Amino acid sequence: MTLDSMAWLMLLPPVLAFWLIVLFFNRWKRLSHWTAIGAAFISFVLAQGIVIAGLRMGAEALAERPIHSLLPWLPTGATVLSLGVWIDPLTVALLFFVSITVLAIFVYSVGYMHGDPKYSRFFAFISLFAFGMFGLVVADDLLMLFIFWEIMGLCSYLLIGFWYHKPSAYRAAVKAFLTTRIGDVFMLLGIAYLYSQTGTLSYDVLFRNHEVLHRLATTPSVIGGLSVAALAGLLLFAGTVGKSAQFPLHVWLPDAMEGPTPVSAMIHAATMVSAGVYLVIRAFPLLSAGLGGAAGTPPKVAMGVIGAFTAFFAATIAVAQRDIKRVLAYSTISQLGYMIAALGVGAYVAAAFHLVAHAFFKALLFLGSGSVIVGMHHHQDMMEMGGLRKKMPITFWTFVAGGFALSGFPIITAGFWSKDEILAEAFHAAMGGSWLGWFVYTLLALGALLTAFYTMRQISLTFLGEPRSEHAEHAHETPWTMTAPLVVLAFFALTFGFVGVPEDFPVLGPLFGGNFFHHFVGATLMEEMETTPLNWVPLTISIVFALGGLYFGWWVYGRRPLEAGAPDPLERALGKLYTVLENKYYVDEFYDRLFIQPTIRLGAWVYKWIDRGVIDGILHTVAKAAVVSGQLFGWVDRVVINGGVDSAARGVGRMGEEGRRGLQTGLVQDYIFILAVFVILFVLVYFVRGAGL
Amino acid sequence: MMLQEHIVSFILFFPLLGAVIITLLPRDQKNLIRWFAFLWSLVPLVLASWLWLHLEVGSGYQFVERAEWFPQIGAAYAVGVDGLSTPLVFLTTLLVPLALLVSFSIEERVKAYFALFLFLEVGIIGVFVSLDLLLFFLFWEIGLIPMYFLIHIWGGHNRNYASFKFFVYTMTGSLLMLLAIQVIGLTQHTFDIVLLTERGPFSRVGTLGLPIAMGTLKRLAFWAFTLAFAIKVPVWPFHTWLPDAHTEAPTAGSMLLAGVLLKLGAYGFFRLVLPFFPQEAASYAPILVVLGLLGLIFGSLSALGQWDFKRLVAYSSVGHMGFVIMGVAVAALAQVGKIDPLTASLATEGAVLQMFTHGISSAAMFALVGVLYERAHTRDLHQFGGIWTVMPVYGGILLFATMASLGLPGLAGFVSEFMVMRGVWPVFTGVAAFAILGLILTAAYLLWMLQRVLHGPVDERWLKLPEIKAREVVALAPLLFLMLLTGVWPSWIMNTINAAVVRLLGL
Repeated sequence: MTLDSMAWLMLLPPVLAFWLIVLFFNRWKRLSHWTAIGAAFISFVLAQGIVIAGLRMGAEALAERPIHSLLPWLPTGATVLSLGVWIDPLTVALLFFVSITVLAIFVYSVGYMHGDPKYSRFFAFISLFAFGMFGLVVADDLLMLFIFWEIMGLCSYLLIGFWYHKPSAYRAAVKAFLTTRIGDVFMLLGIAYLYSQTGTLSYDVLFRNHEVLHRLATTPSVIGGLSVAALAGLLLFAGTVGKSAQFPLHVWLPDAMEGPTPVSAMIHAATMVSAGVYLVIRAFPLLSAGLGGAAGTPPKVAMGVIGAFTAFFAATIAVAQRDIKRVLAYSTISQLGYMIAALGVGAYVAAAFHLVAHAFFKALLFLGSGSVIVGMHHHQDMMEMGGLRKKMPITFWTFVAGGFALSGFPIITAGFWSKDEILAEAFHAAMGGSWLGWFVYTLLALGALLTAFYTMRQISLTFLGEPRSEHAEHAHETPWTMTAPLVVLAFFALTFGFVGVPEDFPVLGPLFGGNFFHHFVGATLMEEMETTPLNWVPLTISIVFALGGLYFGWWVYGRRPLEAGAPDPLERALGKLYTVLENKYYVDEFYDRLFIQPTIRLGAWVYKWIDRGVIDGILHTVAKAAVVSGQLFGWVDRVVINGGVDSAARGVGRMGEEGRRGLQTGLVQDYIFILAVFVILFVLVYFVRGAGL
Repeated sequence: MMLQEHIVSFILFFPLLGAVIITLLPRDQKNLIRWFAFLWSLVPLVLASWLWLHLEVGSGYQFVERAEWFPQIGAAYAVGVDGLSTPLVFLTTLLVPLALLVSFSIEERVKAYFALFLFLEVGIIGVFVSLDLLLFFLFWEIGLIPMYFLIHIWGGHNRNYASFKFFVYTMTGSLLMLLAIQVIGLTQHTFDIVLLTERGPFSRVGTLGLPIAMGTLKRLAFWAFTLAFAIKVPVWPFHTWLPDAHTEAPTAGSMLLAGVLLKLGAYGFFRLVLPFFPQEAASYAPILVVLGLLGLIFGSLSALGQWDFKRLVAYSSVGHMGFVIMGVAVAALAQVGKIDPLTASLATEGAVLQMFTHGISSAAMFALVGVLYERAHTRDLHQFGGIWTVMPVYGGILLFATMASLGLPGLAGFVSEFMVMRGVWPVFTGVAAFAILGLILTAAYLLWMLQRVLHGPVDERWLKLPEIKAREVVALAPLLFLMLLTGVWPSWIMNTINAAVVRLLGL
């Protein structure tokens, strides 16, 4: 089997599973989950097959001649718009982690969703989601990417609102759809822009053809001062801001935690939200094309500023959350900010590296939190937990592995290597004199400190000390369908980083084969990517911040475990600021007053005043004028033209009435009948005459 | 073969024969009437499918029939189809049986209802296949009458106002059009659309002795046609008849009204306005595109302000037809050669495809509104909630159709909207930029509607609502299938549309 047909084939099982479950299997729960898992497994095997084949071909060969196959989709004018699959080293990296996390989460769902009345529907939706994610990863052009991007958006909406009887769930679903939609329509505009400038949407041309890139970067756009590449890049980036929940469109992701936890793990941590980052990684050659200011092209500046700000901003909010999943949600927003900020300073490989590593440990953390939630009989408030370490040992140890990876615990976690690479690159940029480098580095480093702190806070509150409620007292370890995926993901959360150890790192660099990931994914750009030389300054800062944050978290929350009913110690320390953080800086309230309520009022207003008031008002006035003038003429008739004319008219009227009575029976079907008979006779006459009879 | 030569006439008049037979059926045999009408209406569908399969893509009018009609004034019975009209004829013949199937629940004056419906089909198909201006006008008016009665007799509470408004509004437009047609007929001595398209509707000089310049006369005729079609589409601000008519019309009436009657207007733009008046259309294109945008934005805003389920769906038509109008505006400029061919074909084909995709999705939406209304006897969105729990299949179908209407990629609406957006962008960049506001608003009111209807805890009153019936699912299934098919593999229809548009614009 050729690789491109494998890529096409990989898409089929999940979408087939979706339709089979929706149309036929939905009454049988076991059949539904076996269908879904079977499909995910087939896709997993095919995806890993592609990964292995890709690794065998080698990065350079795969980057030079990516596997590319086209399917004509839309004939238009003299051309045909094609969709296709595209496999290059970057695709391989994504397929690797997407297929693993998807399969792990499918298996996990069997345990987590056990007993839910809409069990089958759940598996149908996540199958459709898997289809969306696989399709997005292998897409060869922006339109196909957008199609699958939106399919995932739909699944996200359906799954956040899965328990739609709860108002909080359906509100969150609509919020997620609409917020991401705002980014999406800008992105669509960007796609339309690129399409009209180049006549194609294929990655091959847009992101690889230097002539095209040069032209786009030198043609001025409709907005003064920006090149076409810059404007289109900014528009595409707007899609990322929505999908990857970056400020100011981040508000949907925390609320999305209303969905079942496997969904939070898969869609809102590991895969869909990383689609936004994937887009900007993919489009990086376009985003960085041309000249900008000292800091880089406008899209790069935007990415650096928004990414770094979001990374820090979300981390501060995570510190003051009580809900176990919301902490992780803000942490996800923050970590996605790291990747985007990395691209802002040009750290292409580092962004991809962190993307993969983050997918593993964040999926692990979410699934771990789901395991806690099931153990706690569906209670999510960390203040009610405590002491789960002994009751749920597997969950505890895997959660610690994930948490330490997130914090960047040195050497033995994947998060250390990936996050450190971003920080090192940002530091390098700062040393190069770029203000953006300084901005990004400072915020990300502070963010790393906060990350380690809130992670330890979470671990302490959840697992350490003594149980603080009935539920925690009676918590129990979850079944193997849930713990097995945790163990698998924990393995990757700890070890995946070793594929990207810097070459010049003492001992480990040579040991792990010299930064394989960097060379493999970096080859995608088809130019020699220089590796940033190892710099001990940022490395030391990273280690100090990670360990310091963890220690500080332990010092506040772990050393003297919280008593039941006691307030968060941070609340006393931070005072009013804590309330602000707990309320997420009141951004939601602000949006509601500034955008949502006015729009709803505007809608009612437009209907009432423009349609009903002005337009119909004019119509009714005209109609009234007609009636009045008719009455006026009638009056003139009666008064002025009377007498002889009148009596003659009366006679005609009587005749008419008698003749009419036969015809005018008032029944509609008689009208139709007579009319139709005449028409048919008429037609017949023509046919008869035409046939020469 | 007789059938092949006269296939268009067969499709056109077959429903009429059905209407006549229905009037002869016994009044109290309601089921007989229903089944007869439904089965009868399948025949034109089969014929129209045959027609499409045998259409030679991209070679102009085919299956043309001509016969003398009024030789004294130069009018003839001339019908035929091309790539532009065939999908619309197919859409009409498809929607009629589905609408009839939905109408099985009508109990009042069944005979008249079903006869009128078939009669309505004649009027609509007639407009799409006419190759003679007078014939075109005749069918245009014939379509009006049964619709008026359908609203007036089987309508809701405010049906008098709605049907009257519909009638007078449309009539105003068509009277102006009649006047323009007369002027063309009197000066050119022919009503032949093909001939007039080739040589222009005012190639023969003559102002009927009126003291006005030729250019003025032409411009007046242009405005007369434009206004008639603009009312029908409807182009903002001539749209206020539409929500009223829809809200009061019976379910099946709304299906056809949104599904195909609105397309008569858009079809008129493509078939008559653009080819007859290329210069005028091009010079007024900027106005038209802005009106399309206003329709999209104000229509969507008004939809957001609705609490009546059906009125909300009606307003969504105003918004969606805005895309068609934007496409028409670009096509108008493309005709005079001001636009690169790819942009021109994308915008125009997008608009034509949008006619079709909006036809299937709006018909499905109205059918779904009807299904719920029949059970709950209310359309007030304040009252609903949790319906998905009570009617899971219905909920799934409503979700699917709403997503198609929202323009979700993978379903029909996306393809056409993307094509129009892409086509409008390089020509009217500002308009395209503002159009995304409409896309956001569209998502907002549709999701809001779904939330009001399907989500939330179940109200006790609705616990006993029966699930959607098999008959209703059958009526919806073809539409849902077409939404998916067009979204996934648009080539099935785009091959035809593309060839027709390339020919139309002379690309």
